[in-house]
Amino acid sequence: MSDFDDELDASGLNCPLPILRAKKALNGMDAGRVLHIIATDPGSVKDFEAFAKQTGNELLESTEEGGKFHFYMKKV
Amino acid sequence: MDEKKLAIIATKGTLDWAYPPYILASTAAALGYEVEIFFTFYGLQLVRKDLSGLKVSPLGNPGMPMKMPFGPDWFKNISWNIPNIIQAGIPGYESVATALMKKTIENNGVASIPDLRDLCLEAEVKFIACQMTVDLFGFEHSDFIDDIEYAGAASFFDFAGETDICLYI
Repeated sequence: MSDFDDELDASGLNCPLPILRAKKALNGMDAGRVLHIIATDPGSVKDFEAFAKQTGNELLESTEEGGKFHFYMKKV
Repeated sequence: MDEKKLAIIATKGTLDWAYPPYILASTAAALGYEVEIFFTFYGLQLVRKDLSGLKVSPLGNPGMPMKMPFGPDWFKNISWNIPNIIQAGIPGYESVATALMKKTIENNGVASIPDLRDLCLEAEVKFIACQMTVDLFGFEHSDFIDDIEYAGAASFFDFAGETDICLYI
């Protein structure tokens, strides 16, 4: 997965900041656009799933690479 | 989807207990909830203009791990098991514990309370201060931030009665 429109680096931030920053970034985007979020908080894996479920935004992909978590969130 | 609602009663006025209401309120707002926090008793400390008075106390709190947020790893890993009775007798102990807690918070990428409060206000979380306890403790409205309303128990129930989640913290 490499296609995205905007990127948010939430590395080093802890709960609930990655979610709050992602929400803010998505607010400024058009529907259908994809936000790539990078986080280091292990709790964010479950949290972004829950965020997608509750907000209707689509979590296209969630991966881990070298201690960093990558999320691709499509704005509803 | 229908907007869900969350009501929180914030009753505690220490640095550590400032986190649950502000973390949950800001997160719920990000998830699309309509959120209201009712600040009463010591919870009023969380809506003062000046938050620098918020402290954490290890006194009477056996659940609080005490580790140093700086120095080499072997030093950071020491668990300082200082008996409560000794802590109570050291002047300035809470200020030191508070400074160490703030450093630990910063080291862990956790937001500060002023930042979390701003995020709540930005997300239109509604703040209500309990007028009775404002009077009881001799506060003035000028002690508190501007983005707040003053009301009593009846108006809390007006909102709380329609919520999906209601928390007492």
